[in-house]
Amino acid sequence: MNKRVPAFLILFCMLTANASAMEEHEPHFLFFQADQFEYRAQDGRDSLKWDAQGWYGGDYDKLWLKTEGEKPAGGKTEKAEAQVLFSHLVTDFFDVQAGVRYDPEPHPRRGYAVLGVQGLAPYYFETDAALFLSNEGELSARFEAEYELLLTQRLVLQPSLEINLAAQDTSARGIGSGVSDIELGLRLRYEIRREFAPYIGVNWERKLGQTADIARRDGEDTDVPSFVTGVRFWF
Amino acid sequence: MRKACRLVLAALFTLITGSGAFAGTYDLTIDEMRAGYDRGERLTMAVNGQIPGPALRFTEGEEVTINVTNRMDTDTSIHWHGILLPYTQDGVPGISFPGIKPGETFTYNFKIKQAGTYWYHSHSGLQEQEGVYGPIIITPASREPYKYDRDYVVMLSDWSDEKSEAILGHLKKNSDYYNYAQRTVGTFFKDVSEKGWAATLKDRADWGRMRMTPTDISDVSGYTFLINGKSAAQNWTGLFKPGERVRLRLINGSAMSYFDVRIPGLKMTVVQADGNNVQPVPVDELRIAVAETYDVIVQPKEEKPFTIFAESLDRTGYARATLAPKAGMSGEIPALRPRPQLTMADMGMDMGGMDHGAAAGKEEVAAPTMEHGAMAGMDHGAMPGMDQPDSQSGIAPKAAKPGGKVLVYGDLKAMKPYAEYRAPDREIEMKLTGNMERYFWSIDGVKFSDAEPIRLKHGERVRFTFVNQTMMSHPMHLHGMWMQLDTGKKKFNPLKHVVNVPPGQTLSVDVPADAMGEWAFHCHLLYHMATGMMRKVIVEGPVAANVEMRHE
Repeated sequence: MNKRVPAFLILFCMLTANASAMEEHEPHFLFFQADQFEYRAQDGRDSLKWDAQGWYGGDYDKLWLKTEGEKPAGGKTEKAEAQVLFSHLVTDFFDVQAGVRYDPEPHPRRGYAVLGVQGLAPYYFETDAALFLSNEGELSARFEAEYELLLTQRLVLQPSLEINLAAQDTSARGIGSGVSDIELGLRLRYEIRREFAPYIGVNWERKLGQTADIARRDGEDTDVPSFVTGVRFWF
Repeated sequence: MRKACRLVLAALFTLITGSGAFAGTYDLTIDEMRAGYDRGERLTMAVNGQIPGPALRFTEGEEVTINVTNRMDTDTSIHWHGILLPYTQDGVPGISFPGIKPGETFTYNFKIKQAGTYWYHSHSGLQEQEGVYGPIIITPASREPYKYDRDYVVMLSDWSDEKSEAILGHLKKNSDYYNYAQRTVGTFFKDVSEKGWAATLKDRADWGRMRMTPTDISDVSGYTFLINGKSAAQNWTGLFKPGERVRLRLINGSAMSYFDVRIPGLKMTVVQADGNNVQPVPVDELRIAVAETYDVIVQPKEEKPFTIFAESLDRTGYARATLAPKAGMSGEIPALRPRPQLTMADMGMDMGGMDHGAAAGKEEVAAPTMEHGAMAGMDHGAMPGMDQPDSQSGIAPKAAKPGGKVLVYGDLKAMKPYAEYRAPDREIEMKLTGNMERYFWSIDGVKFSDAEPIRLKHGERVRFTFVNQTMMSHPMHLHGMWMQLDTGKKKFNPLKHVVNVPPGQTLSVDVPADAMGEWAFHCHLLYHMATGMMRKVIVEGPVAANVEMRHE
């Protein structure tokens, strides 16, 4: 995996160490969850994918870390990003989050300012919406939603949706303006413990519009269905 | 010779004054210890090496000295639950005193001004769940208004194989961590077949819109339920001879668990609630909220074992003990009843009135739609659940025995009228609030850490009206002063130290502010208190007297 990801974890730990020094009488907690940590079997090029987040803090204020990325089997990391956000609970169910994001891959690298909203929407949809403004002035946005359907008390079917949008072309990074891609997933996990749940599932990534045009020009797939096997864990 | 004379005189004096026990010294040591039930042991905390700690037996009028030694490497404390005493002896770190540091001994000193069944527990962190609790029995100075041949403590508690800090961490990270009775695809189709598609979809939509679930009736599971420190398998046994009257002092020393208690085959006559005598009420079953006590008298006439059966409200298990004519006997153990579920009635009917508690909030929470304003008129006929179990509620207690009688608060009538009964001087409304998703609890939408104390004037009579805007029951506990639960019986309203406020309901207590100082007022569900459902109450005298209230 990319060497930079551990570096971000170290940064996260350093920041949380500072936060604990500021702690008053409210107890603080540390949470880390890998929602996706999986092997993606797809036509021609299998890959490893991670999507994790964690926080440290109290009820209202938290320091939040998010990281995701993908590394082809036997190749070098193709996509990686990490976000460090300050998060404040503004309603019973939603946090407003602001901070920075850094993408070591793909090249050219980018840093971003982030402003987002994350929380539990009515009807139990976990949602995360964020705006990103890069150091080159590019504006993009992402919306994610998940639902958990309990087949039994431990067997959970989790549909998920991710939509990425861009306000302009960044062809060097393979992104065109408009809706750049959507990703749909359906994962079936078994919670051996709440904290540890192996899963299987399907995932479908679809590049759209000008992003799809760029992919076709570069000889890449615009449509990537995959079978996934992984483990969801938290502590 | 002179010495002997003095001794005889002293003995005579003691006889004349009627008691030799007007001063007593007790030693408690809190230390770590390994303990466990059925599934192995873990390191935990205990008083004098036992869970529960030793029963403290006091006499009304006694001057007690209790030395509490801390042998652990973390602070501790002991709070005397329900006992009227000077506030500096109340044992709440940060309010009554600084706590007991590692290696230190704190000496409590107070005069016992009451009688009945009470208990003690640590008020530091989450130590109560670990095992730092025990019973208190106070013998009255005068004769008791009921007779009994045997007297047993029946202390209920909930033991976890997990450390209490781990439990709180799980709840903070995943508030339904312990709920393994959630609605599934299976229950959806079961409901469809029973109620039809339209009703089921509407029901799922109503709960989904609120982001709540009717299965959320308890926060923590995985407990082993204990009676006097014994698991159901270990079967604590109290002996009787047929025909004897047996007094059972039920104490719920659980961190989080309510129990429905019954003894199949026996009527239980409730004679005391929270240490105060009540006019006897025969019941088949009673629900005991966390930190409440009830004294019941039973009279087994047959020479056979009777099971004391205490199901946890969430039906994840039971505590069990046996009353038997001889040791080693075991009565029939009933099956657990189905787990209750909340109904929309438990949510206060109109969902517009429910609120997750203004997390963002330190702002005022919208007033509930329930007409608690009408309460001022003291007409409590309309209050659900006071005089009979609320039939609309999904979680109100129901007797296991067909047609059986379940104790409700409306049954409690003080044995003696309260002499100083009068209309309250003012009313303070307390909205019981919380954020179930992020797992923190509050009063009026504000956590304890962000809240100002409640100030009362010494001598005033204040009505506290609890408006439960959450979907959980909250056993509200006031230190140092009685709460006179308004059951519409005026001067016969029962005196309580804990009152249970069911979800979506409103009830009122009158507090005679007769104890100067600083007192804790909180929900007695341990993880609710620990995450913010607490207030400090300051009872102040005339302005000049305030100087005396400072901590030393």
